[in-house]
Amino acid sequence: MVAQESLREHEERSASGVGAKVRRKEDDRYLRGKGEFIGDIRLPRMQELCFLRSPVAHARIRSIAKPAGAEASVFTAADLVGVKPIVANSRLPGFKPSEQPVLASDKVRYVGEPIAVCVAPTRAAAEDLASAIEVEFEELPAVSDMLAARRPDAVLLHEEWGDNVFLETVVDADLDAIRRSAPVTVRRTFRTARQCMSPIEGRGVVALWDRRLEQMLLYTATQIPHIVRTGLSGCLGLDEGRVRVVAPDVGGGFGYKGILLVEEVCAAYLARKLGHPVRWLEDRREQLTANANCREHYYEISAYADRDGRLIAIDAEATVDAGAYSAYPFSACLEAAQVASILPGPYKFDAYRCRTWSAATNKPPILPYRGVARSGVCFVMEAIMDAIAREVRREPHEVRLLNLIPPEAMPFDNITKKHFDSGDYPECLRRAVKAIDLAAVRARQKRGEPDGTRIGVGFSIFCEQAAHGTAVYAGWGIPMVPGFEQAEARLTPDGGLELRVGIQSHGQGLETTLAQVAHSELGIALDRIKVVHGDTAITPYSTGTWGSRCMVMAGGAVASACRELAERIARIGAHLLQVAPDQVKVRDGKVIGPGGSVDIKEIGATWYLRPQDLPDDVAPGGLDVTAGYKPQRDSGTFSYAAHAAVVSVDVELGEVRILDYAVVEDGGVLVNPMIVDGQVYGGAAQGIGTALYEEMTYSEEGQPLASTLADYVLPGATEVPPIRIEHMETPSPYTIFGQKGLGEGGAIGPPAAIANAVNDALGPLGVELTELPITPRRIVAAVAAAKRGQSRT
Amino acid sequence: MKPFAFDYARPTDVAEAAELLVAGGGEARLLAGGQSLGPMLNFRLVRPGLLVSIAQLRELRVAQESPEAVTIGACVTHAEIADGRVPDIGGGVLRRIAEGIAYRAVRNRGTIGGSLCHADPSADWLCTLTALGASVHTHRAGGERAIPLGQFVTAAFRTALEPGEIVRAVSIPRLSARARWGYFKAMRKPGEFAYAMAAVLDDPGRGIKRAVIGAVGGAPVVLEGERAAPEAVEAALAGSGLDEIDRRMQRVALTRALARAA
Repeated sequence: MVAQESLREHEERSASGVGAKVRRKEDDRYLRGKGEFIGDIRLPRMQELCFLRSPVAHARIRSIAKPAGAEASVFTAADLVGVKPIVANSRLPGFKPSEQPVLASDKVRYVGEPIAVCVAPTRAAAEDLASAIEVEFEELPAVSDMLAARRPDAVLLHEEWGDNVFLETVVDADLDAIRRSAPVTVRRTFRTARQCMSPIEGRGVVALWDRRLEQMLLYTATQIPHIVRTGLSGCLGLDEGRVRVVAPDVGGGFGYKGILLVEEVCAAYLARKLGHPVRWLEDRREQLTANANCREHYYEISAYADRDGRLIAIDAEATVDAGAYSAYPFSACLEAAQVASILPGPYKFDAYRCRTWSAATNKPPILPYRGVARSGVCFVMEAIMDAIAREVRREPHEVRLLNLIPPEAMPFDNITKKHFDSGDYPECLRRAVKAIDLAAVRARQKRGEPDGTRIGVGFSIFCEQAAHGTAVYAGWGIPMVPGFEQAEARLTPDGGLELRVGIQSHGQGLETTLAQVAHSELGIALDRIKVVHGDTAITPYSTGTWGSRCMVMAGGAVASACRELAERIARIGAHLLQVAPDQVKVRDGKVIGPGGSVDIKEIGATWYLRPQDLPDDVAPGGLDVTAGYKPQRDSGTFSYAAHAAVVSVDVELGEVRILDYAVVEDGGVLVNPMIVDGQVYGGAAQGIGTALYEEMTYSEEGQPLASTLADYVLPGATEVPPIRIEHMETPSPYTIFGQKGLGEGGAIGPPAAIANAVNDALGPLGVELTELPITPRRIVAAVAAAKRGQSRT
Repeated sequence: MKPFAFDYARPTDVAEAAELLVAGGGEARLLAGGQSLGPMLNFRLVRPGLLVSIAQLRELRVAQESPEAVTIGACVTHAEIADGRVPDIGGGVLRRIAEGIAYRAVRNRGTIGGSLCHADPSADWLCTLTALGASVHTHRAGGERAIPLGQFVTAAFRTALEPGEIVRAVSIPRLSARARWGYFKAMRKPGEFAYAMAAVLDDPGRGIKRAVIGAVGGAPVVLEGERAAPEAVEAALAGSGLDEIDRRMQRVALTRALARAA
């Protein structure tokens, strides 16, 4: 096997292969403002769309009256002939299906749900039309709270269900004996806020019916072009071959763009019906008021431990606010179902009970956001570890070290059958304790602050299962189950390389890192490697970019395709060198034989342009290889990290400042450590938002109470401190070069570490906050309550 | 998030702007820096038939000084004040206030007169200029008049301006040498609107002792003389409609402003 040795030979790490901190190839166009996003696409005769969205959370629609004279420019459900609703069922037992109408006709179930779509030459004119539509509603009481939704007397969103629960899951165990005998018991309730994912670019669609190809061409800001095509063709009743989905440059996703949109279905339908291109660009108000769709959890949890703080059992009940419909393809229950399986985190204990509910409410349908369920679960589990530590009067990290899965146990199957592939979790935490200099913080706390603020330090440690494959998703039975990931590697006649992948890169730097992988295999210079992605017509099928899967799956597929390509290149090279194939190696862009070498450029030129120089039996399959890849086990790679935060809390005004922040991360073999650092920084900024700022509140009537970024507070440059990152690199035993997925960890750790730090600061005042985000009002209220003699908020 | 269609006029002087306003009736609105009106238009919270632009009027873009006061044209921007391009009333107070308003992009276009006329209870100028004892000078059909800021804002987003009346300038008394000034505001993050704010002026040279609490949901709460004592503050805030937590935070803001003025 000639080619497969090439990577090992590169372990010294070439200047641009796996492990190199090379600058991103795509930065040149992004940093010069030369990217091409949906908003940059202008087509002849294109018209703008505006959606009339429901102003009420729950109502029957009695009638819709189009503005007189503009009937031909306004479309309602009745006009979308043959369009099917969006359905994303899970095959988990007991799952109750919902049908998300493309345009609501009989009932609306959340503020912002589209009722009609207007077509006009400008967005302003389309908004004028929308404002002239008259809709008569018969308002129903709104279900605006997930706990109220579960009450037996709750108003029903989907009457045929009999309740408001998409899915209930149970991990059962008899904990009675433990409850009676455990030396230490801590009980808490926790709540996390509903958030709005906020990529800089909102969603957007341009749809065009290509009459020559008889094909729908849908440009859309998506993470999952192939899945959008599958879903769209189903809704429209078009063969998939008659739908092409192109994701151009996309300005951030985070899960917000991992969905089939009703707006995509509408735009595609209208472009075909009207015979001209149409465009919809989401504005910030639509994003905030119609699409606050993630992270809202409620937990009641009891932990049982011995007197040292060693966990005996966890007993938890969790409710996730899943909103009004099951979104395609990830479904309404992905998050709650994961809560039950990932709550134990990186800890080893023997008894576990967990029930979860995915509650339907009159809010936008839930979507998985970077760190899917993990940021909430990590916050809860890590707050519990701190609570145990306080109870047994030990440092929080000491209690964690007692409970973490030890390195000698790896690979390890935990209580929920999660298969931890590799790593040294205790060492990771110890390094974080050192990085934050715990002893110095404790000394500073003893001295006190001259300005009267209080200092606190907090830790979190968590695992990040990524690139879960068939083994995991088949169990959930949602419309999308990832299998073998494909990549196409094509040598061009001039010796360059084209890589075609079905994932989409929107900030992950995959145009660079996948080229680095190919470079490690073939030695072709990075600037001669072109990564093509995000277009169903010219890339192999893929479930797309989500779940931190791309470097594991597409990276593995690229390596696999390059290895097969290298075999073929080697055969041609061996012929040109007139030696046996097993006497050559592909390396540094050359085929190297015992007495000489030939450049890959010559290989391309020979096969494509001078085939007369080759016998027919040398590489007859050509120099264009599509390969499929799965890790040896596809139950997911496990990256992990410990986060440590030092905060100061202004007790009187409730302001929290992050004074220091350290991350020790193990993401397996890093392909480009500079890009990894960027992922950690960006994720941590979002985690800081979850911890301290971001919250979409709803009125009892189901009205979203923030409509601008002045009300929905996102962290900015002044809220994100310098973050110090340390790497460990424990290879995955199952992936092609030991890589693991790590795109989400940055967002998972901060809520827990920061909340623990705030509670460390306020603990002496008898204050413990258990609700996110930790806002000035919540701190001031909790401090006031503690002063009045109540011990807990 | 696009506005309804409107007409746009660009008068050459304040008199013409006033005529356009009067002729437009309730349909016409002045556009200065547009930092509040712009978003309101895009949100379709307002739908004027005519926008009368005044940001370009030279007579509204000048600053004058006298021994007693500095008078700043209504359309001087926050950035111009922050950059020290208008005379100082003493202690660099105006510069420091202006530097803390929103973000540079907003300061580049937002105007001092526009901010006062918008009468947002959380606005920096409204709170601080009230404490500094400023007055606005207006142009109206019957001639000019001066309105002390304490009487200018009647409620949140409401002023004493009559239809067709335009603020030309704001006049701010100079501080005496012994004056002490303190301003404090609490924000979720730098540049955002404050959730608690207070300004304190103690100017023994002129016999002025005044504290103002802003961000109260209506016109600022003004406490003259010794009324910044805790009981008086409590009583003043009790009528503000703020809840207990907000009142608590406002008291802290006032305490910190007083400390800065000490």
